[in-house]
Amino acid sequence: MPHTTTMATMLELTDVDTYYGASHILQGLSLKVGAGEAVALLGRNGAGKTTTMRSVLGLTPPKRGSILMDGTEIARAKTHRIARQGVAFVASGRRVFGGLTVAQNLELAARTLGKRAAADGRTLEDVLTVFPKLRELADRRAGFLSGGEQQMLKLARALLGNPRLLLLDEPTEGLSPAVVSDLGRWLDRLREQGLSILLTEQNALFALAHVDRGYVMLKGRITHEASAEELRSSEEVRAALGVG
Amino acid sequence: MNTFVTETVSILTNAAMLFVVAAGLTLVFGALRLINMAHGSLFMVGALTVASLASGLTGGWGFAVALIAAVGLCAALGAGIEISILRRLHDREPLAQLLATFALVLVAADLAQRVWGTSDRTVATPVAGRFSVGGAVVPEYDLIVIGIAAAVALGLWLLLARTATGWRVRAAVEDPETLSVGGTNLALLRTSVFALGAGLAGLAGAAIAPLESVGPGLDTQIIVAAFIVTVVGGLGSVVGAALGAVVIATVEGLGTLWVPSYASSAGYLVMILVLAVRPWGLFGTPDR
Ligand SMILES: Nc1ncnc2c1ncn2[C@@H]1O[C@H](COP(=O)(O)OP(=O)(O)OP(=O)(O)O)[C@@H](O)[C@H]1O
Ligand SMILES: [Mg+2]
Repeated sequence: MPHTTTMATMLELTDVDTYYGASHILQGLSLKVGAGEAVALLGRNGAGKTTTMRSVLGLTPPKRGSILMDGTEIARAKTHRIARQGVAFVASGRRVFGGLTVAQNLELAARTLGKRAAADGRTLEDVLTVFPKLRELADRRAGFLSGGEQQMLKLARALLGNPRLLLLDEPTEGLSPAVVSDLGRWLDRLREQGLSILLTEQNALFALAHVDRGYVMLKGRITHEASAEELRSSEEVRAALGVG
Repeated sequence: MNTFVTETVSILTNAAMLFVVAAGLTLVFGALRLINMAHGSLFMVGALTVASLASGLTGGWGFAVALIAAVGLCAALGAGIEISILRRLHDREPLAQLLATFALVLVAADLAQRVWGTSDRTVATPVAGRFSVGGAVVPEYDLIVIGIAAAVALGLWLLLARTATGWRVRAAVEDPETLSVGGTNLALLRTSVFALGAGLAGLAGAAIAPLESVGPGLDTQIIVAAFIVTVVGGLGSVVGAALGAVVIATVEGLGTLWVPSYASSAGYLVMILVLAVRPWGLFGTPDR
């Protein structure tokens, strides 16, 4: 993958300040994701990784700063408008619609954002080819799926919107090693297809194996930025993340 | 045989009306977790709209036009109320919403008296025909009312179970953030559901106008009845509203026949009984 300086920018946060009530969480945070680039956002518990994604999505809008999505300012936009700009989010935890069936979860995604897609967009059929297990589970209530199956459903649902940028929050959380390696393969395939990806992980070694570049954050600020390779070998970073 | 048919049709007509009112109330609760005290006020506005249009719009088709106007007015009022008041309270505690809708009841009652006066009105039956069934004579209009309720039941079922909008309504209760992240305009969805609930209140009020005298007090009278039906059926469940309506109409109908002096409390008794045995109602879910 080429370095950021030569590629177009998909997402750019500049001096973002985000609060939960009175607590100042993101403190002048800046970061970039290039078009077609996969980037990891690493940091210990409570560093502000999820808050960064929630800021991009307008779920916890920033008080100050700019967020450009492919050149368009989205820092103060409504969440559904940001989604329509091509930003998809796979949240951590069991965020499927448990009362709906797997098929209804997927249909809903396809009918909401799928129709936005160009003629060459991903269809329900394409997604079911990538995740054949979901076809078997189609009539099951999503609330009854295992953690790995829910992760698959959340990813499939996000892809059905034909996003240009995919935000993944702790995708390996609670998955068995076999499912984690499946996930790694899917991520690599999405990168080959040119999707821009921003990924947070407790499992830094997993993340750094599937991205081009990474940021390390601490208390709402970026403390390091480097290629995945450099981050993997940096003692300082390993210490900051508490790995190795 | 005669009285059996007459009683059955009259009970079904009552059940039909109760269902349409309760369906709107329960739909709004199911989708927005909001108890709309002003639902009865919208019902009254629907009835009064038909009452004031009835002199100009006569006959079956005239009544149909008045009915559509009443539904449209109530749906528009509902949308306005949701956008201007309830939307701001959506993330607040339920008590704030309850109080706001109660304030609307008072405002609506006062406004309605200014616009429509304090005297009761009657609306002529738009279709005067009668059917002869099993030796009994049944008013055609009763069958129309039952038909309206059946159409509402079928329409709501199709909407909620079969369309993406219906899935969105269910998803919005479960996880609104995830729904909006998926591209759904939550504010528009909530306004639409509230307007639909308000339109159903207006429809019920409009349809009942030729059967009862229309005037002040109709709002509180109907909201109490609608609450009994929804509590018995289970708050949030449209199927429950249908069953609750049939149960309450039957109990009240039979009560009037057998123990006339206690008939008016029969509905409350059923409600208390259901609450004691199954506090979440016949079709509700225990968690809320
Ligand atoms: N809803 C909330 N209200 C108040 N404070 C919050 C809320 N959510 C998160 N915080 C605080 O914001 C800070 C950043 O939280 P965030 O969830 O973004 O961290 P994170 O890097 O994603 O952590 P983790 O690895 O645990 O997921 C933490 O100190 C947390 O306590
Ligand atoms: Mg987090």
